[in-house]
Amino acid sequence: MEIILSIAIGVMTACGVWLILRPRTYQVIIGLSLLSYAVNLFIFGVGGVKTNVPPILSDDVAISTLTDPVPQALVLTAIVIGFATTALFLVVLLASRGLTGTDHVDGRDDRK
Amino acid sequence: MQTRSRVLPAWLAGAVALLSLLIVAACYPAVSAGEIIRFEGQWLPQLGLNFTLRLDGFAWMFAMLITGIGFLVVVYARYYMSEDDPVPRFFSFLLAFMGAMLGIVISGNVILLSVFWELTSIFSFLLISYWHNSPAARDGARMALTITGIGGFCLLIGLLLLGNIVGSYDLDKILQSGDIIRGHSLYLPALVFVLLGALTKSAQFPFHFWLPNAMAAPTPVSAYLHSATMVKAGVFLLVRLWPALSGTYEWFWLVGFAGIVTLLLGAYFAMFQQDLKGLLAYSTISHLGLITTLLSLGSPLATVAAIFHMANHATFKASLFMAAGIIDHETGTRDMRRLSGLFRFLPYTATLAMVASAAMAGVPLLNGFLSKEMFFAEAVETHADSILDRILPYVATLAGAFSVTYSLRFIHTVFFGPPPVDLPTEKPHEPPRWMRFPIEFLVVACLIVGIMPAISVGPFLHTAVVSVLGQDTPEYSLSVWHGVNLPLIMSAIALVGGAVLYFLLKDYLSSCEDGPPFLRNIKGQRIFERVLVEVSWRWARLLEQRLGTRSLQPQLRWVVAVGFLAGLLPLYLSGFEPRAFAFSGIDPTFAAIWLIGICLAVGTAYLAKYHRLAALVMLGGVGLIVCITFVWLSAPDLAITQLLVEIVTTVLILLGLRWLPKRTEDSDEKITLQARFRRFRDLALAIGCGIGMTFIAYAVMTMPVPDAIANYFLENAYTKGGGRNVVNVILVDFRGFDTLGEIAVLGVVALTVFALLRRFRPAADSMDVPEQQQIQDRFDEESPNRSSGDTVRDYLLVPSVIMQWFFPIVITFAVYIFMRGHDLPGGGFSAGLTLSIAFLLQYLAGGTRWAEDRIRILPLRWMGAGLLTAVATGVGAWFLGYPFLTSHSRYLEVPLIGKVPAATALLFDLGVFLLVVGSTVLILVALAHQSIRVNRQRTLDAEKAKEA
Repeated sequence: MEIILSIAIGVMTACGVWLILRPRTYQVIIGLSLLSYAVNLFIFGVGGVKTNVPPILSDDVAISTLTDPVPQALVLTAIVIGFATTALFLVVLLASRGLTGTDHVDGRDDRK
Repeated sequence: MQTRSRVLPAWLAGAVALLSLLIVAACYPAVSAGEIIRFEGQWLPQLGLNFTLRLDGFAWMFAMLITGIGFLVVVYARYYMSEDDPVPRFFSFLLAFMGAMLGIVISGNVILLSVFWELTSIFSFLLISYWHNSPAARDGARMALTITGIGGFCLLIGLLLLGNIVGSYDLDKILQSGDIIRGHSLYLPALVFVLLGALTKSAQFPFHFWLPNAMAAPTPVSAYLHSATMVKAGVFLLVRLWPALSGTYEWFWLVGFAGIVTLLLGAYFAMFQQDLKGLLAYSTISHLGLITTLLSLGSPLATVAAIFHMANHATFKASLFMAAGIIDHETGTRDMRRLSGLFRFLPYTATLAMVASAAMAGVPLLNGFLSKEMFFAEAVETHADSILDRILPYVATLAGAFSVTYSLRFIHTVFFGPPPVDLPTEKPHEPPRWMRFPIEFLVVACLIVGIMPAISVGPFLHTAVVSVLGQDTPEYSLSVWHGVNLPLIMSAIALVGGAVLYFLLKDYLSSCEDGPPFLRNIKGQRIFERVLVEVSWRWARLLEQRLGTRSLQPQLRWVVAVGFLAGLLPLYLSGFEPRAFAFSGIDPTFAAIWLIGICLAVGTAYLAKYHRLAALVMLGGVGLIVCITFVWLSAPDLAITQLLVEIVTTVLILLGLRWLPKRTEDSDEKITLQARFRRFRDLALAIGCGIGMTFIAYAVMTMPVPDAIANYFLENAYTKGGGRNVVNVILVDFRGFDTLGEIAVLGVVALTVFALLRRFRPAADSMDVPEQQQIQDRFDEESPNRSSGDTVRDYLLVPSVIMQWFFPIVITFAVYIFMRGHDLPGGGFSAGLTLSIAFLLQYLAGGTRWAEDRIRILPLRWMGAGLLTAVATGVGAWFLGYPFLTSHSRYLEVPLIGKVPAATALLFDLGVFLLVVGSTVLILVALAHQSIRVNRQRTLDAEKAKEA
């Protein structure tokens, strides 16, 4: 399990990093989304990877077997905030495109 | 309203100052008995930083000066400030300054003292630049802040060094460790840094030049900050640390040199000023130099004189500044070449100013005489035999003569002589009764102290002196007449010499340029500005040209590269070895899912440039697989949230797609070799990061999870939080404060998006209307009974009806998710997202106009209500005597439904819910509205074109 998850995190990181280094704003926003998936999964994974033991208390499951709820709480808010920052970035990139006429991250096309 | 708004702040400020004065005064019995009143509050005890306040005799004397003169200045400013000035700002800064200054004098911890020290610099800056329309005020303020700010920084270093030597930042401990400090190898650096702080603040040579420029401040500020209090902070500190630092040769030379040069130069410069306030400013510098010189001598008697002169100077100089302010106010100018013969118009003010300047000149029977006499007596004594010590009596007499000259000049030029011609204002007249009151009060104080020193000021001075010198308190006598002795002869020489000098220079002074001859052209100010330009402009530019870039890609590349190395380095240093990968126990389904996920992620990266929609679809696919992973790995809450966020994010980006420029593979020019290299480098970096993350993630996940805080939450979620869904309980209860911060961030971001879109100028659409839609519109136009757009609407009729019908169902679902959140997966975040999707569906089904005709969502109110609910829940705990956000849970019996868990955390979650709905809807709707705006704009443009 762990190996698959870590490869997945690695691949998403690589794709995200590649994209945020590209010159077009849309690539950067997509790259940031991919990176945030990777980071969220990573933080989530810190708590250990267990199946079928959600941190929901019930009388017939021992507490010690449950998965760590703390990274989950962290990631939950991170997902929502991630949406907000994506929205903010999207609006900024649209405004920049409207003002400068280009979708290059620097607001002007490559230095000639 | 205008007058009211001018008077009310003054009353308030005056009341605060008076109340503080009374409180300080009430402390006198305890202080005079030798007690040190202490208050100690813990701040960062681990770092030895406590909020310690201590009030001893010396601090008491200063606190009385600060609050007393502060009160008088408020009274004066009430009449001084004009109707057009924003008075509340003025008084609030003044009060803030008063608080900071009081903080300096009563701090019992040196770090705390340094904090208050910085605060006085900042408020001085704000007060000098109060009339910020004037460039002189701005420049003066900036210079004062730069000089005193750098000084304050040096002071902090010096105090840290002192604390390091002593092992405590507590002032009492430092004062008791004088011998340790003086014997320590770090004594000299500590001394130099502390002195840099003190001397810059007290405008001592060579840092004196900021003070005359600070005179661009309103006169009450000059009277208060730049003569009576703030500039005294430097000498205050020298006295405060006198027991700990003084008495060495280094102290004598450093302090003495600065003091003597300042004393003489300040007095010399003051003679040649044409601006009234300039004269007073240089005189202040000179008097501060006198105090510094006294302190340098290291003798207890000199310290008594220094403390006495601080109080005396504050009284006569504040009153002189106020008088100068009245003259400025009444005549419209402060230029002494234009002022003359004002006695006939302002007899009262003139008399008061005369007494005050006589005190400044050191005329007998006034307070200035007494302390100056003590100074002369000390100057004659030999302290540390050196050239500095030997010239001191002559320098003192000369500076005394200069001060007589400028005092005489001030009075003679302004009040005597022929009546003034062409003043900016009509006939000047006496100011209002209460504007004069502060001056009267201070001048009377000068007289009383000057005539009956032992009775009036004696006990207070003694209390102050004892608190500083302790056992070393010398015998001194406060009386006007000590018999004919050397100091008296020096005083006589200074008085006569000064008067003669004035009558010799009178004609030259009445017409000369501003500033002393020869030295007029060497201005500290100009040097300062040149240095400032050099450092903050030329050097900064050079560095920016060499090292900076304005383009994002290299910056990000550096961030990523440094991040990569920062991750690699500790792994390398700690000898990290990737443990053998265990391929056993892999669930084939999970592997297959992620095989798809990896393909999608790579596809996204590959397609994002030319095929945005495809990339977005694939990104959504990755999101879904992340969501499945959460389900798989026991995180149902995350899965729900991820799924919902995926929906809103996709809709959001879809809304934005139309304004991105068209980009096809053949529209780009040929790829250069350089670009190819860049891509290769980025790819290598990306792959490196990916591999690194894989290793780190694997290492972290296979490490046994330490028994950290997880168990605490698991064990107490039900007993203390009253919920079975631990993640939710953490969010709304244990870590509720974090969540409050997070929803606040969410709200701020939503508002920012909203604000950005208000002035949004969307780019031209990147595509024409699709061909299919064009055909449909053409069909509509040709058919007589159809209007344009009907077919498009009909085209999605079935889905849109379904979506409309879904509205109540989704709402019910949101409520369900919300209600069960405390015990089962769900909660405010996911419920909020669900509800916003319900709204979103209506927009999708019928279009923006259709939706808004039927439901009016006011997202801003939702957000406000949400934030308020969350905060109110937290505050509610206060009323029951618990800390902020303490929650309470119990079960309620609800008819028909049965036992229902009810925790106040649920109320908090309601706030989260409302805010999430508001923010999400606000963001999406604001973006959706742009499409309408574009159409509207296009119609308007078309109409305009038709008219033209």
